[in-house]
Amino acid sequence: MAYDTNFTGQKFKVVGTRPLRPDGLDKVTGRARYGADVSAPGQLVGRVLRSPHAHAKIVKIDTSKAEKLPGVKAVITSADLPDLTNGDAGMYDILVNCMARGKALYDGHAVAAVAAVDAATARKALKLINVEYKVLPHVTDVDEAVKPGAPVLHSKMFTDGVEPKPTKASNVAKRTEFGHGDVEQGFKEADVIVERSFKTEQTHQGYIEPHACLANLGSDGQGEMWVCTQGHFVYRNTCATLLGLDAAKLRVTASEIGGGFGGKTHVWAEPLALALSRKANRPVKLVMTRDEVFKASGPTSSTSIDVKIGATKDGRITAATATLRYQGGPFLGMWAELGAMTSYACYDLKNVKTVGYEVVVNRPKVAAYRAPSAPMAAFAVESVVDELAHKIGMDAVAFRIKNAAKEGTKSSYGPTYGPIGIGPTLEAAKNHPHMKAPLKKNQGRGMACGFWFNFGGQTSTSLNVTPDGSVNVSVGTIDVGGSRASMALIAAEELGVPYENVRCVVADTSSLGHNDMSDGSRVTFSSGMNTVIAARNAKKVLIQRAAKMWDIPEDAVTWEDGHAKPAGANAGNFPPLSLKEIAAAAANTGGPIAGHNEFVADGAGVSFATHICDVELDPETGATKIIRYTVIQDAGKAIHPSYVEGQYQGGAAQGIGWALNEEYVYGKDGRLQNAGYLDYRIPVCSDLPMIDTVILEIPNPNHPYGVRGVGETSIVPPLAAIANAVSNAAGVRMTHIPMSPPRILKALDDQAKAKAKAA
Amino acid sequence: MAGVHVSTTVNGDPAEFVCDPDEPLLDVLRNRLGLTGAKEGCGTGDCGACSVTVDGELVCSCLVLGAEVEGRKIETIEGMADGDKLHPLQRKFIEHAALQCGICTPGFLIAARALLKKNANPTEEEIRFGLAGNLCRCTGYDKIVRAVQDAAREMRGA
Amino acid sequence: MRYEAPSSTKAAVTLLTKEKGKSAILAGGTDLLVRLKGGFVEPDLIVDIKRIPAMREIKKTASGFQVGAAVSGNELGASVVKKAWPGVVEAANLIGSKQVQGRCTMVGNLCNASPAADSVPALVAAGAHAVIVGPKKKRTVPVEKIATGPGRTSLAKGEIVESLLLPKRPARAGDAYLRFIPRSEMDIAVVSAGVSLVLDAKGVVKEARVALGAVAPTVLLVAPAAKAIIGSKLDDAALDKLAAACSAACSPIDDKRGTIEFRTKVAGVLAKRAAKIAYQRAGGK
Repeated sequence: MAYDTNFTGQKFKVVGTRPLRPDGLDKVTGRARYGADVSAPGQLVGRVLRSPHAHAKIVKIDTSKAEKLPGVKAVITSADLPDLTNGDAGMYDILVNCMARGKALYDGHAVAAVAAVDAATARKALKLINVEYKVLPHVTDVDEAVKPGAPVLHSKMFTDGVEPKPTKASNVAKRTEFGHGDVEQGFKEADVIVERSFKTEQTHQGYIEPHACLANLGSDGQGEMWVCTQGHFVYRNTCATLLGLDAAKLRVTASEIGGGFGGKTHVWAEPLALALSRKANRPVKLVMTRDEVFKASGPTSSTSIDVKIGATKDGRITAATATLRYQGGPFLGMWAELGAMTSYACYDLKNVKTVGYEVVVNRPKVAAYRAPSAPMAAFAVESVVDELAHKIGMDAVAFRIKNAAKEGTKSSYGPTYGPIGIGPTLEAAKNHPHMKAPLKKNQGRGMACGFWFNFGGQTSTSLNVTPDGSVNVSVGTIDVGGSRASMALIAAEELGVPYENVRCVVADTSSLGHNDMSDGSRVTFSSGMNTVIAARNAKKVLIQRAAKMWDIPEDAVTWEDGHAKPAGANAGNFPPLSLKEIAAAAANTGGPIAGHNEFVADGAGVSFATHICDVELDPETGATKIIRYTVIQDAGKAIHPSYVEGQYQGGAAQGIGWALNEEYVYGKDGRLQNAGYLDYRIPVCSDLPMIDTVILEIPNPNHPYGVRGVGETSIVPPLAAIANAVSNAAGVRMTHIPMSPPRILKALDDQAKAKAKAA
Repeated sequence: MAGVHVSTTVNGDPAEFVCDPDEPLLDVLRNRLGLTGAKEGCGTGDCGACSVTVDGELVCSCLVLGAEVEGRKIETIEGMADGDKLHPLQRKFIEHAALQCGICTPGFLIAARALLKKNANPTEEEIRFGLAGNLCRCTGYDKIVRAVQDAAREMRGA
Repeated sequence: MRYEAPSSTKAAVTLLTKEKGKSAILAGGTDLLVRLKGGFVEPDLIVDIKRIPAMREIKKTASGFQVGAAVSGNELGASVVKKAWPGVVEAANLIGSKQVQGRCTMVGNLCNASPAADSVPALVAAGAHAVIVGPKKKRTVPVEKIATGPGRTSLAKGEIVESLLLPKRPARAGDAYLRFIPRSEMDIAVVSAGVSLVLDAKGVVKEARVALGAVAPTVLLVAPAAKAIIGSKLDDAALDKLAAACSAACSPIDDKRGTIEFRTKVAGVLAKRAAKIAYQRAGGK
């Protein structure tokens, strides 16, 4: 990885401009192909039978009637998916989640699947499968699940991370702890302490495209899959493991992806589609319905969090603790752990301790959702930080600035920070006109900060110069929001060619080495850095070829503005050779010109944001309206600013939905009551104002252009910023997300009753 | 189940198909006519990704039966551009980065065109309520609204 | 399963009467297709009434307006009905999205028999009647007699609501409908209120009808609420009595959309606000 990290104040030619995205035309004309848009000759329709019970023993499954129905070509149950996970507990959980084994663990858990000649026949076949259940007691609430006497999901789950290890099974899968210093001593030094408990309900990523795949697997162990995914290599590896295939023999092509936000990082029904295809010996297309997406993909955790923070009168935090309980559905997750790590990442704290408990419940397996676990922790912590500032009589921004982490701060989760953006985003917030704008009656303003790690990961990229001098970049990371444009910008920047001469494609799993998923805000960081390196490797080849054409040593040639030039007067007097000219001669100078790189992209830059929000409250109904919203975030370096803004705005909008209306509602029977867009209320266009953005660029020293990830951090502050705004407007602290109108009205009523009682 | 034979017009071209009596127009377009530009985000009329027009009226094609469109004129995203000339809305969506994943984009474009046909100079609020039947999970709608405003301006010749 | 699109009401009634299995009437389809998709209904016969000319008409008659069963929200919104009954038309235009407005009908909304149907409280407040055709004699009933519970109606086999009748408006009359939804659009009413008023020359409420949605198994006509404001100029005391009467009439449930407590309280708030709008529309000051 030879590249210059001395980038500060770098001047770019095309990076930072806003060209048209290469996939734009296909997407505005309807010809972009998503998961469900591709068909194969002889294709069957796959459908999944799901448990109607939250928790039930599967006594017997009789598929004989379904198998006899004309047009049915394959029926599978867990018996068709033997356990090949070889002791890998995480992989085994994925297998169990794909198809219930002996026990259904949530409403919507797959129990059988069919492939038939058409959808109507498949639907009919599902009705002919007879499943005998023995219904078991269930638990869906995270606090209920940890109480003594709660129904226990797994008789062999003994809490990890507790010494001595418990001998009694429980729904607490694991305990983790982070922090440093002495919090007890810290609280003794505090003049004011605020302690509160919070709850957040479960939300879904809400991508508009349901999971869809076209699977084609033969009995010879070779297959292909077209699928909407955030990580086709990971899907390949997982499916190959679960089905006992050689990974190299399963070629996975990623479709255009209609949103993922973390929800398409796991396999759900894809292994079932492959198993059906293998059994029927025909291609199988399996598309989830919207209610299946809600019931049986991977929403985020519901949580319960206790926070305690102490500070001196002059505004210095002396100690901070948090206890976080996150449910992961029926399986061990790392969700409370991530919450415990991120809780206090914004602050420079002497004494801090966070404890996370991973809880299992009868809900779908939790998956990542944009900065997974951080928004809930930020909601709890930033609410208390706000309250503490009020109590001390300090401005909420000034209090945060005083306690903000900076370069050299030992973070609450361990590492010591390099150059970071929390201070600058807070200063920008302080000076933003939004902060000073007047508010009307029943309006409140709130602000909050957020943090996300960002991620690097395994990446493999190829850059090929074509004979006509145009350039192909093949990446293995899915384009979820315009990254092909960013890669083309980076290649153009490095090679000195016009953006229009570069085409970036997402290659299939047979064309590149393994790539991790498009998650952790890693694509522009890691595939971007890899594109830089691949281009620099290609430049080396271009220089070699020019040297050959001029018959001078390689080190006598340099690359400038898309041309090979003699390195100096001594090198000889040759007119510059363009990339196009060198490419045209390639056949005679050594063949195709390319640059490749594969690596683990270390050094992802941590990212911070500060959001400001104004909300108007109707005190008679508890209705709220977001009337102004500003996102300030450090991008490191914005490669394509329009799509950076888009990430800021999109994350804020998802956070607004989460804060105000989105939630999974379970009935007493443990069944999901609102598995559709009608009652799972994501924001509509008329719910939102324009979302203003401020892009700060505090370069990441570990990336040649200074790039940090930008995709996730924007969802971290909204819950807290809006809770602070609503609390300020209502005059009562809101501690339960979403702050739906019934919850706000109840808080107002309770407060009025308390006041009346006191008077 | 007896198939229903239907003759109709799609994007100006005559089209015939046989569909099930309870088959949504969306499934007909996607599975029988090969027009996959309209997307199924929900199948229950809540997301607008399957928006098309039937006799000029904006509808969710998941809430229309294929059997109903006998003799009607259907327009889909595939017919929005005039040959190689994009509709101003299509152009402005690309220019304003009004799409990220793009799955909602066909529905938004069809709905926005219907909106501007009724109201050539909508306010921001009218645009927002006019497009409230189309869900977008990526953009926060900001750039979509701006693209529609800009396209409306251009179409009015302002 | 069969699909039929008859061209006369008589033919539709014959199809429905003769069908031995289950049948479904398709008007706008915005409820029916959702239920078909979810597998909640599997009719043997679907009768599309949109090709029946009489059902597509809005007629101004000597006694008021007649709105055909297949008139869409958009068609209603662009019609003469809006000036006379703005509350009714606004209520109908709140159903679903712009896409749904191109399809949905008031009669469909009524016959779907949801207590949260947007147009129904406004229709009940308006004193609207439904014209029912069937194998027997044509009959006309107040709209509040159609739904008998969630998803259940008083219609007999073979019967279709052919049209709705809205009475002619006297001078100094106004109506309004308000609903509470958590978002700004696209939701089902958590609670709703329709109010129709007629004032005397001095601005005193002479006649009133108040209806509530989503607070009971069917839309409620709340006579005590009307009584609370008749004889008043909608002063604060009268409005408070109205709100209290509305809240007292509620017998809602806790569900995914709202709580008993919330619905009971907000029913009164909405009735007050709707009454004020109706009063203003009637020329009251």
